[in-house]
Amino acid sequence: MTLVTERGRPARRAPGGDRPRRGPDHGAWFLVLPALIPILVLSVGPLLYGILLAFTDAQSGRTEPTQWVGTLNFQDLLHDTLFWESFRIGLLWAAGVTVPQFLLALGLALLLNQNLRMRWLARALAIIPWAMPEVVVGIMWRLVYNPDAGILNETLRDLGLGDGRDWLSGLATALPAVIVVGVWAGMPQTTVALLAGLQNTPRELHEAAAVDGAGAWRRFRTVTWPALRPVALAITALNLIWNFNSFALVYVLTNGGPGGRTRLPMLFAYEEAFRYGQFGYAAAMGCVMVAVISIVLAVFLAGRLKGGLKGVLKGGDEA
Amino acid sequence: MRTSTPARVGQYAALLAYLVFLAFPFLWLISTAFKPPQELGSLHPTWIPQNPTLDNFRQAFDEQPLLRAALNSLLAALGAAVIAVLIATPMAYVMARHRGRLARAATGWVVVSQAFPFVLLIIPLFLVLKNLRLINSVPGLVMVYVVWSLPFALWMLAGYVRAVPAELEEAAAVDGAGRLRTLVSVTAPLLAPGIVATALFAFITAWNEFFFALVLLKTPEKQTLPVILTHFIGAEGVADLGPLAAAAFLATLPSLVVFALIQRRITGGMLAGAVKS
Repeated sequence: MTLVTERGRPARRAPGGDRPRRGPDHGAWFLVLPALIPILVLSVGPLLYGILLAFTDAQSGRTEPTQWVGTLNFQDLLHDTLFWESFRIGLLWAAGVTVPQFLLALGLALLLNQNLRMRWLARALAIIPWAMPEVVVGIMWRLVYNPDAGILNETLRDLGLGDGRDWLSGLATALPAVIVVGVWAGMPQTTVALLAGLQNTPRELHEAAAVDGAGAWRRFRTVTWPALRPVALAITALNLIWNFNSFALVYVLTNGGPGGRTRLPMLFAYEEAFRYGQFGYAAAMGCVMVAVISIVLAVFLAGRLKGGLKGVLKGGDEA
Repeated sequence: MRTSTPARVGQYAALLAYLVFLAFPFLWLISTAFKPPQELGSLHPTWIPQNPTLDNFRQAFDEQPLLRAALNSLLAALGAAVIAVLIATPMAYVMARHRGRLARAATGWVVVSQAFPFVLLIIPLFLVLKNLRLINSVPGLVMVYVVWSLPFALWMLAGYVRAVPAELEEAAAVDGAGRLRTLVSVTAPLLAPGIVATALFAFITAWNEFFFALVLLKTPEKQTLPVILTHFIGAEGVADLGPLAAAAFLATLPSLVVFALIQRRITGGMLAGAVKS
């Protein structure tokens, strides 16, 4: 790569280079171009354009030309209590999903790392939420939560735990109910990432610690956790960000209701942009979200998630 | 290492609890899909349908253009998977084999692109595609899906390239093969399984995608399955439960099958990545 970026100079050997590369390598650029062009045109370009839009009064279906309005959108956002409420809900949701999900996934990963009989079944089942379209996950849980014909209320009735209720449309229960779905939907990916991290733990160390008489908790704290930490930090950072940005699940479950109690920032921005046509204002919301996400990333980068990211990036995801 | 009996019992109890938590919504979906209306209206629903029926499936196809939607989904997902892998493979090769600014920038972009809220991307994309008259068209959606699936395609593929020993390529070079020749005849065959796995993963993510499809596709005859599924839920949130469950169940099957085929490779790739770090 030095060959590409420092074309004028004689080829330098790779650091610690055991073998010299061939002469100036313009080929690399040709290999990169087919992907680079669409990335620049359809990803980087639109992102910059999106940031510009945040400083305009762009609207859909308007005849007058779009005007530059400076920071007006951001000033409006500052006083938009509905937006900050949705922001607060977004943070609650992101933390509310990520933390229990991490603990549950850690438990499951530790179990799956043991030599247990039903391990294969758990692995097979863990695939289901991962492979399902988010829309279907949302529909499925609507069927579970259904006040009359749903299995949750029926089970509660059978157990004598009250007469059940309409979980998704109750002001107090809606957010916890969607959080449970979020935990369910994202658990497999977190479990697999943590399982990958567990394979990092040197087995000999574990056994040596056991021989020295260290109990399970002590072994976890002194041997397992230090090896798992980079992966755990990375998956937690990504989960926080992915959850904060999530859309489809809650759109299908409650569409932001009741009374905005589950209106995540993405749902809010979507409505603003594609229902009310306020492109500039919605873009400004996107910018604020990016700022918050950058802070989360910076905090975790400081916690050295870099190494762990390698093991975690799925990729994909699920938006 | 030995584990005491009470600990073992606890482990199995915990595992069982996890299995129930993971399985029960899915089993309920299947059960609902096969129930006749009178059982769906019952105040005391049962796990097993008393009079299983296929009526819900028939009704689902009658109510919404499911076949058309499945075809749209298939076209969008296939197009995205094939194009993404074709253009990502050469770049992933550079990312894996070279060290320098370009490779680092690409890796940085892969990481950063995971963090972006799509709303900031979709508004300008919507405007651009509208000017190109590509709104409400599957090709327009494919363009978006290609770029959207590039980060993880690059990531997975770069991992697979690293697994191919560089010595093999150098041996070919010594034998006088040019760079392109080496790539095509030495590296590509060894990469083939990884390329297939990446393409299948890109296929599933596009098949399952909802947000971009919701924004970009306006009319039912152009919409993909996830968007059509939401039409079963009425404006007031009232849903015809049976057909809804039947359609949702059908929409999941392709991704479940494909995922079952490649999950070992995905988890395997992640394991390799974690061990190396």
